[in-house]
Amino acid sequence: MQYMLLIYTVEGDDEAQPGSIMEEFGAFTQGIVQSGAFKAADRLKPVATATTVRVRDGKTLNTDGPFAETREQLGGYYLVEAKDLDEAVAIAAKIPSARYGSVEVRPVWAMG
Amino acid sequence: MGDGVGLRLDEAFRRHGPEALATLIRLTGDFDLAEEGLQEAFAAATLAWAEAPPANPRAWLITVGRRRALDQLRRRIAFRARRDALEAVAGIERQAIPDEADDTAFGDDDLLRLIFTCCHPALALEAQVALTLRTVCGLATAAVARAFLVAEETMAQRLVRAKAKIRAAGIPYRTPPRELLAERTDGVLAVIYLVFTEAYAGEPGRSLAGEAIGLARRLDALLPARGAIQGLLALMLLHEARRPARHDAAGDIVLLEDQDRGLWDRAMIAEGLALVAPALTADSPPSPYAVQAAIAALHDEAATAADTDWRQIVALYAVLMRLAPSPVIELNHAAALAMVDGPASALQRVDALAARGALAGYDVLPAVRADLLRRLGRCAEAREAYEDALRLARHDPERRYFTRRLAELSVSP
Repeated sequence: MQYMLLIYTVEGDDEAQPGSIMEEFGAFTQGIVQSGAFKAADRLKPVATATTVRVRDGKTLNTDGPFAETREQLGGYYLVEAKDLDEAVAIAAKIPSARYGSVEVRPVWAMG
Repeated sequence: MGDGVGLRLDEAFRRHGPEALATLIRLTGDFDLAEEGLQEAFAAATLAWAEAPPANPRAWLITVGRRRALDQLRRRIAFRARRDALEAVAGIERQAIPDEADDTAFGDDDLLRLIFTCCHPALALEAQVALTLRTVCGLATAAVARAFLVAEETMAQRLVRAKAKIRAAGIPYRTPPRELLAERTDGVLAVIYLVFTEAYAGEPGRSLAGEAIGLARRLDALLPARGAIQGLLALMLLHEARRPARHDAAGDIVLLEDQDRGLWDRAMIAEGLALVAPALTADSPPSPYAVQAAIAALHDEAATAADTDWRQIVALYAVLMRLAPSPVIELNHAAALAMVDGPASALQRVDALAARGALAGYDVLPAVRADLLRRLGRCAEAREAYEDALRLARHDPERRYFTRRLAELSVSP
């Protein structure tokens, strides 16, 4: 099963961390690349660039801003291969920003 | 069929049902399919067992339930040519079939898997409780709903959502690996304790304390010599033993100090006491449940209320405050201190606790304050505190108790 690890942080908290946080992200990424769990990852642009898309009665509505109405904003994701939810959660817990933000783990539909 | 046979069947279903279900869930990988298979196996058993029950009822239920689950899947294939059903059939047929001659095969391991899956932290706590009572304890959905004061439809929805989450999110059907076992066991114990405490506070006819104790006994047998499990089991037994004395004939609350100790269940106390020492020494530091059990044991061992070893109880609460600090423990600590140092210093602690606001809305806080004020002769303030408690009380017996105390205070100046 594939899981997408969505990273939530309060904007600016990444920058407020010690400079070594980027090295930690690098090390984490390398770790899961080597273990084979890594599928894809991106860092997203700030929430000001976000658009929420909704479909109502067959019509597509675009809304400026994020979907979640919390202080935390979606800041990135990892797409990982894990054999079950426990394994996915264990990987998610190693994401550095899990310590000052949160990570949503969502199973991904298998295609085909 | 005579009533005797019906009763024997009910007893057999109750005893073997959860274990058979646990194995069927593993074999089929599907809670609903397993439940349907087991229901059909029960139906088949009422006919087949009328003459003579099989030597191994659990294996019989598993074998028949598995066959019925396969039939069910094959019907889906026939009607809709479902590829997922085909894959599911192949999956079940790959699994080894339990040997009807071997009573130890699968049952225990599968029951543990089921317990840990139902109490998985990715499920909401209320869903964990509901799923555990429904599948591990085998309670009917209506009974689970009644115990938690929700409509049966609401409870049915909660169960459907929980099972859907297990399937969709890939919650594994397994006993957790060693590195997760302690933490997940704590999660299971939290569910059991919630079942126990909700039952404890509820109306007499709606008791689930027996289910909670039964679950803890099973867990203790499956994962022996674990301090937290032994501690919780002891704690529940030592409290439950006092149930017959806790209410009078009118259903009114009888305080611990006024209870007829001759009504306490001695067998339950003996079972609980035997667990306290091993529970306390199993881990270092001990599980908070073990320390709470030790406190309950000191109450149960006292021949009269006056014989209670309050000094040791205060010392154990101090240990508990270090291990698992919480405002409720702090309140209990203060109440115990009052029995050693008198009400004045205890009142200071309770007032400080109230000022922090951590227990706002908890009726026991004003009730403890009221009792301390009453003992200090500050009757007007005591009355106010009982009125606060009365406002916050959630159950009728508590309301009647606070009302009684208020009346007593109005009589004596």
